[in-house]
Amino acid sequence: MAAKKGSATKGSAPPQLATKPSDPIAPPVALPPEGTDAAHLMQLYRRMQTIRRVEEECARGYAQGKIGGFLHLYIGQESVGVGAIAALGPDDYAVTTYRDHGIAIAKGIPAREVVAELFGKVTGCSKGLGGSMHLFDVPRGMLGGYGIVGGHVPLAVGTAFASKYRGDGRVTLCFFGDGAVSIGAFHEAMSLAALWKLPCVFLCENNGYSMGTPLHRTLSVEDISLKAIGYGMARDRFFARDVLEVEARVRAAIDRARETSEPTLIEIRTYRFRGHSMSDPGKYRTPEEIEAQKKLDPLSRAREQLGLSGRSEEDLAKLDAEIEDEVMDAVRFADESPEPGPELLAPTTYAGEFAR
Amino acid sequence: MPQMNMVQAINDALRLEMRRNDKVVILGEDVGKVGGVFRVTAGLYDEFGEDRVIDTPLSEGGIIGAAIGMALYGLVPIPEIQFADFIFPAYDQIVSELAKFRYRSGGEYVSKLVIRTPMGGGIRGGHYHSQSPESQFIHVAGLKVVCPTNPYDAKGLLLASIRDPDPVLFFEPKRIYRAAKGEVPEGDYTVPLSQASVVRPGKHLTVISWGAMIYEALDAANQAAAKGIEAEVIDLRTLWPIDIDTIVESVKKTGRVVVVHEAPKSCGLGGEIIAMINEKCFTHLEAPPVRVTGFDTPFPYTLELEYLPLAHRILPAIVETAAY
Ligand SMILES: Cc1ncc(C[n+]2csc(CCOP(=O)(O)OP(=O)(O)O)c2C)c(N)n1
Ligand SMILES: [Mg+2]
Repeated sequence: MAAKKGSATKGSAPPQLATKPSDPIAPPVALPPEGTDAAHLMQLYRRMQTIRRVEEECARGYAQGKIGGFLHLYIGQESVGVGAIAALGPDDYAVTTYRDHGIAIAKGIPAREVVAELFGKVTGCSKGLGGSMHLFDVPRGMLGGYGIVGGHVPLAVGTAFASKYRGDGRVTLCFFGDGAVSIGAFHEAMSLAALWKLPCVFLCENNGYSMGTPLHRTLSVEDISLKAIGYGMARDRFFARDVLEVEARVRAAIDRARETSEPTLIEIRTYRFRGHSMSDPGKYRTPEEIEAQKKLDPLSRAREQLGLSGRSEEDLAKLDAEIEDEVMDAVRFADESPEPGPELLAPTTYAGEFAR
Repeated sequence: MPQMNMVQAINDALRLEMRRNDKVVILGEDVGKVGGVFRVTAGLYDEFGEDRVIDTPLSEGGIIGAAIGMALYGLVPIPEIQFADFIFPAYDQIVSELAKFRYRSGGEYVSKLVIRTPMGGGIRGGHYHSQSPESQFIHVAGLKVVCPTNPYDAKGLLLASIRDPDPVLFFEPKRIYRAAKGEVPEGDYTVPLSQASVVRPGKHLTVISWGAMIYEALDAANQAAAKGIEAEVIDLRTLWPIDIDTIVESVKKTGRVVVVHEAPKSCGLGGEIIAMINEKCFTHLEAPPVRVTGFDTPFPYTLELEYLPLAHRILPAIVETAAY
């Protein structure tokens, strides 16, 4: 069969249709912008480092068989979740994909409850019934992780609608991957949010891959933020390297949502250091590519910035030790917690005594 | 004859048919360069190229909708849905378009394709990597539904499915993808659709199952034999259109039935099978037919081994039904 069709499966270089995000070579680490509260940066670093360590322990737990099925780590992407959620108020909603541990911790779910959920223990934030991809916490405004790609994006439209309807000033921040941009639910959600002018921020964590497929083989344009234009929505696009930059730029979108009830599509370029999930051999990326990306690790950058802004190595080591204690405590807690019993299945399926 | 597992047998069938028929194309997420998350399409991209083994974006509605259109224009697409749990964004295309094509064009047009997708539990995948949605497709008139349990059948049924004139949903029980091994002939052969297989003969009771649970049913039947109960085990192989004759023949002999499936109990295929038995051989029944199934709950992450109808749950059902 002679190939006479378009380039959809050709993997040719993508056209450059829009402004590129800032220079892909990381600028040298510099002092944080003037006026940055070092204690605040310390907080952000703390959350990022907690996530990193929790994820490393989860990888270990998976290897030990304490976690089953599929485990998607957030390692490398921490500055996105931490920076973006730092710009949210405590009452605002966050909702995300199956790659949800980092978002859950950033939204304030204690590491203990996250690890226990992954270990399938009843003390987990979803009672051990959901596992890795399904971290929920109503009081903390964590609307969950979702295993069906794109499935949660229209839900964010609904919570944003409800906030507007009730006039409570809440914003919904909806995370999703670059792969999700190809599924219908994403477009239906964008269309509604723009039409109804809802207080919603759509945040695409573009890590360059949808499972084993690089972005240029799944999207006809390189710039995902372009998708906003057709819906008449505001947009932004940048790299995730600097957690403070992530916070500041997401804050602008959140302010727009809260103040004028306008949605925004933000594309943040990031990178996952590990495979898609623990069972991914990852042969579609070269070791060189991964190493080059690791050199740009936003977590080390934040640590260096703290050093530049006067935190001693001693302070930082003390903080790391505290985090270590917290994470190891979480693992112990999860190890020692019991599994949920079958009696939990019925009442978590229907409100009444119905399920069999 | 070469020994193969299910993954290799399915791969072999795909390769064979792609060599034989240049209208056959495969499309799906990571089916090409990566060779599929379960490696079922491994090597096909290299042999047949990117125009016949097509990596798609994450877009189930697009994958199935496009496949339906390709088929209308004479291609024979074999789309892969990475897990049966992800088929629902395409459910509209399957139910509203695919299943009804032959009927609503007065028999003029048919959209001939085979949707391959792994199904079932057993890998600790939780609610979105474990479900068995077969009855949700059987309930839609116009689709055939197939589910092999061993490498020989997997290859033969897939080749038969591709050559069958109607659209087929080909469910692959992922729990036994690599565990089920056996001899698979080289070259071409088919296993006819809509023919069940009696995988263990017996006279006291009929056990009907499909997918990975067939091995649990066999295990329970062997344990029951130690108690003097000889259970006949039927592997449906094609779930729809169902081979009701083989079932009725067996039930007329045994008078007792246990149906085993992973999917939730209510409105599962088990209920339909028992209704058909009631319609066709009610007077032969000596005991109420019994279902051993998943629960009417989402597929649980932690309680997977309670949820699945494993041998330890099938055995008491066999013993009680035999003693009724
Ligand atoms: C509807 C649906 N189709 C397919 C899958 C399988 N799957 C899970 S994640 C994934 C890739 C998603 O990539 P992306 O959106 O970029 O997120 P990332 O994993 O990179 O964070 C695929 C194909 C799924 N979970 N849901
Ligand atoms: Mg991605």
